[in-house]
Amino acid sequence: MKPAPFKYVAPESLDDAVALLRRHGQEGKILAGGQSLVPLLNMRLARPAVIIDLNRLRPLDYIKNGKDVRIGAMTRQRVAELSPLVRQKLPLLAEALRYVGHPQIRNRGTIGGSIAHADPSAELPAVLAALEGKVVLQNGRGTRTLGADAFFLTYLTTALQPDELLVEVRIPAHDHLGTAFLEVARRHGDYALVGVAAVVDWNGGRARDVRLTFTGVGGVPVRVAEAEAAATGRPLTDAVLAEVSRIVSAGLDPEADIHASAEYRKHVAGVLAERALRVAVTRAQRRERDTR
Amino acid sequence: MGTRYFGERVKRNEDPRLLTGRGTFVDDIRLPGMLHGAVLRSPHAHARLLSLDTSKAKTARGVVAVYTRTDLPEHLQQPLPKLIPHYALIHHKTQYALAPEKVRYVGEPVAFVVAESRYLAEDAAELVEVEYEPLPPVVDLTQAAQPNAPLVHEDMGTNVCAHHTQRVGNVEDAFARAAHVFTERFVMDRGTAAPMECRGIVAQWEPKMRQLTVWDSTQAPIPIRNGLARLLGLPQGGVRVIAPDVGGGFGPKIMMFYPEEILVPCAAMQLGRPVKWIEDRRENFVAMNQEREQIHVAAIAVDSDGRILGVRTNFLYDSGAYIPYGIIVPIVASTTLPGPYKIPNYHCEFKAVFTNKTIVSPYRGAGRPHGVFVMERLMDRVAKELRIDRTEVRRRNLIQPHEFPYEVGLIYQDNAPVIYDSGDYPATLAKALQMIGYDMWPERRARYRREGRYVGLGIACYVEGSGIGPYEGARVTVEPSGKVYAATSVGTQGQGHFTSFAQIVADALTVPVEDVVVVTGDTGAFGWGTGTFASRAAVVAGNAVHLAAQAVREKTLKVAATKLEARVEDLELQDGKVFVRGVPGRTMTLAEIAVAANPLRGTIPEGWEQPGLEASRYFAPPRGTFPNGVHACVLEVDVQTGMIKILKYVVVHDCGRVINPLILDGQIHGGVAQGLGGAFYERLVYDEHGQLLTQTFMDYLLPTAMEVPEIEIGHLETPSPLNPLGVKGAGEAGVIPVAALIAQAIDDALMEFGVRIAEMPLSPNRLLEIIQAARKQPAAAS
Ligand SMILES: Cc1cc2nc3c(=O)[nH]c(=O)nc-3n(C[C@H](O)[C@H](O)[C@H](O)COP(=O)(O)OP(=O)(O)OC[C@H]3O[C@@H](n4cnc5c(N)ncnc54)[C@H](O)[C@@H]3O)c2cc1C
Repeated sequence: MKPAPFKYVAPESLDDAVALLRRHGQEGKILAGGQSLVPLLNMRLARPAVIIDLNRLRPLDYIKNGKDVRIGAMTRQRVAELSPLVRQKLPLLAEALRYVGHPQIRNRGTIGGSIAHADPSAELPAVLAALEGKVVLQNGRGTRTLGADAFFLTYLTTALQPDELLVEVRIPAHDHLGTAFLEVARRHGDYALVGVAAVVDWNGGRARDVRLTFTGVGGVPVRVAEAEAAATGRPLTDAVLAEVSRIVSAGLDPEADIHASAEYRKHVAGVLAERALRVAVTRAQRRERDTR
Repeated sequence: MGTRYFGERVKRNEDPRLLTGRGTFVDDIRLPGMLHGAVLRSPHAHARLLSLDTSKAKTARGVVAVYTRTDLPEHLQQPLPKLIPHYALIHHKTQYALAPEKVRYVGEPVAFVVAESRYLAEDAAELVEVEYEPLPPVVDLTQAAQPNAPLVHEDMGTNVCAHHTQRVGNVEDAFARAAHVFTERFVMDRGTAAPMECRGIVAQWEPKMRQLTVWDSTQAPIPIRNGLARLLGLPQGGVRVIAPDVGGGFGPKIMMFYPEEILVPCAAMQLGRPVKWIEDRRENFVAMNQEREQIHVAAIAVDSDGRILGVRTNFLYDSGAYIPYGIIVPIVASTTLPGPYKIPNYHCEFKAVFTNKTIVSPYRGAGRPHGVFVMERLMDRVAKELRIDRTEVRRRNLIQPHEFPYEVGLIYQDNAPVIYDSGDYPATLAKALQMIGYDMWPERRARYRREGRYVGLGIACYVEGSGIGPYEGARVTVEPSGKVYAATSVGTQGQGHFTSFAQIVADALTVPVEDVVVVTGDTGAFGWGTGTFASRAAVVAGNAVHLAAQAVREKTLKVAATKLEARVEDLELQDGKVFVRGVPGRTMTLAEIAVAANPLRGTIPEGWEQPGLEASRYFAPPRGTFPNGVHACVLEVDVQTGMIKILKYVVVHDCGRVINPLILDGQIHGGVAQGLGGAFYERLVYDEHGQLLTQTFMDYLLPTAMEVPEIEIGHLETPSPLNPLGVKGAGEAGVIPVAALIAQAIDDALMEFGVRIAEMPLSPNRLLEIIQAARKQPAAAS
């Protein structure tokens, strides 16, 4: 488990990083927290010629307030998790981060790395998709901003071009919404078999808007529009929730792996949808009460 | 002798060193000029090796040598030595240092590259060109036992290498007259021990001294030394094997010879430079021996009161591609099965079968979990069908305290009869029931159900063989400095020997336990012994240490008597000093006595036997000693996801006299964790091509601190009459009944659905399938 030979560069500035990416293109590979990349290198499943280490780019380590909270790509997951701003404005992200590996992993792993890696079982891409957040990409010619749906293409594949760097993640503040993140993982800290991010805009005893985004059931974070529609505008009674659950299970087409069959994932996605909606609604109601 | 340390929760002598990173593991051995090896392994489970071209690899940067099989001395091209033969093992096929014309499992070594660094060695290994002709592999155990299956070893004409039967009484008759007979099939799948430290070997050859030194993360340094001497044509004195700190063994490291244990010393001798090979985790998954795969068809015959008339099991044992270690595991499984119960008629029969998978040899439990799973599941079946409380069924069949020694009627892995030496099984069960709160369970269970929760209780009993022979030895020395040294033949892989053995010596010589330096696993320090396996170190080596320490104590008094001109009977040894009773001031320290015992001139009296305060002693038990225990737990099942959560876990354990309860608790905690792994998390998944799909800790799931519950432990102490210390083994107790226990607790939680667990390990996915299937059955029983 030693990586194949590679060259190593550690740019000191964003401009240098972008220039290096431009020079090495397909041959280059960005190293952020290394929590996904280094195992791939060691198993020789990834064999880049050049590693471009971003760990000296302090300017990409920030969390800024606003209607969209903006998080620099090199912000450590643990830093975001413990940030009072994230906890207050981005409760769904704060909740989801606790499911990402273990504190040791989150101490190294970055927000940008997780999004760029685009593992469909990962929590952060689902959070980004659920909240309809955006990513900012930069190359030598400038920057562009993409929504989650345009960014995640399929398994471990994004709209990032070989010369592009993910520099920022933008997540709409959602402290006015009821949210919940739930997952079933074989062990605490594992990538989940299935996970769900539930977002509910609760008003007057019903949901004005509902979003249900799942991990582990497709190549990208998956939303089930039909289930969202079924939960919208109605009081979320047991019967309605059971119906939502059924629609979710029926609407997904996951793949099997050694840990869980497609059937299992479909079933559990339905179960989690129901449970997450209950939690999200309870939280929304509590918020409503507290602000009254 | 007033015991001061024996039985106390003495903190471990080795912990400050280990916890501050000052241990010495094989990978910490760094020698000048050292080279690094990498093994090229077969990517196929079954293939003919058509050609091997190492020319590119040999000229790669930093490469010093590339070995294929024909580069080895002729006799090392042959199968490696057979360990532990058995008359029933007809085809004792053993592994090769490097694969012959055919590879038989994924991971089998094909070539060995030695280079200036491990990185360069791995780069070069990619350049070795190998042409394979894939053959159909045989992966599934049941299929492998069929007559028309592909053959792992063609010359055998079958994959069945052993067929063994043991019988007690007359089973046919018992089954014929029984009121009830229940038959079931039980399946247990593969796992791996996953020690924190993978294997590793460093070898250094000093041509001028003709001395080979090998650092090996093995559980059996002395047998490795003996074997290497024979295989390499060196005198035993010319080979020193050191098992330094070893980061967990759990059984697979008792296996020998692993191919690398030959390749590394050979390369070091041939190249005249030290060579290191450290197994990485991916290699460990395929190259270290595995265990656990068995399929039993078992039956129990009882009378109308649930008294056992007979038990029968017929099972398949997957041995993997070779069977160097013989049929120890299935013998242990079949002889552990009867457990604490009186079984007048018993028939056990197994076939050991080759498959194109990694070799199997004992892993902590070594068949005991299988035997217990089958027996406890059968007892639960009887309880359920006859509507008798499950603990009452057990109680009716338990061997009673006055029935010891109890002869089971079987022959154990050490070829000695299975005779339970001592124990109090009803008391063990009673204590566990009390700790888990069995009395209150029906109400508690009902309350959980009213809350919509599926919570179940399990209770599982076992008796395990431990502390088998042939022998171990120890040497205890008081040096002129007054420091006490104890050298033993067994190696240590985390069991706390540096403390438990020191306690025994400290008590004998009345010195502080921290002042006793224990040396283990170095053939240069002690050269006779077999190794650390079968929960035997404390029993066999521990008693050898005790005998040697007592001999040194006697010698101390003898020498002091001469010097102090007093009779031995008038002397007293206390706080490391000898006093003449009633004569204050007439005293000598151990250091002074040690000097006196080794004079430069004059003579030593005949009665002293030998110079110095030193004695070597051996302990050879007549046969194994049998600890027992009961585990109990309460767990909750999420019936919508198949997830389980353990709410309470209790272990009551009787391993005779306890040397150090702290260490014992640690052994049990670790064992339970591994047992839970084998019940719900850990499974080696092979696909139909014999590829191992679980080759990282992302896919092979060890339970973590988050999954392992708090474990409450109760101790009973029924001394063993078979050794002076009265101790029994404790290394495997934690793991043995866990699968049986979890199965029963799940059944209990899901009683309404009529769920019946007959396989291990489970997973959330599998458990949900079982739940859904049971729910579809019309009107589940009870
Ligand atoms: C034991 C363990 C458990 C884990 N469990 C989970 C889990 O439960 N859930 C989960 O979501 N993750 C889990 N992870 C993965 C972890 O979250 C990683 O940190 C994350 O997936 C990648 O982030 P990183 O900063 O480490 O990126 P790296 O590993 O350095 O990079 C990952 C990939 O993204 C690319 N990349 C990184 N940053 C950028 C950028 N700014 N622009 C363009 N490309 C970039 C890299 O080139 C590489 O291809 C686990 C990891 C481990 C080791």
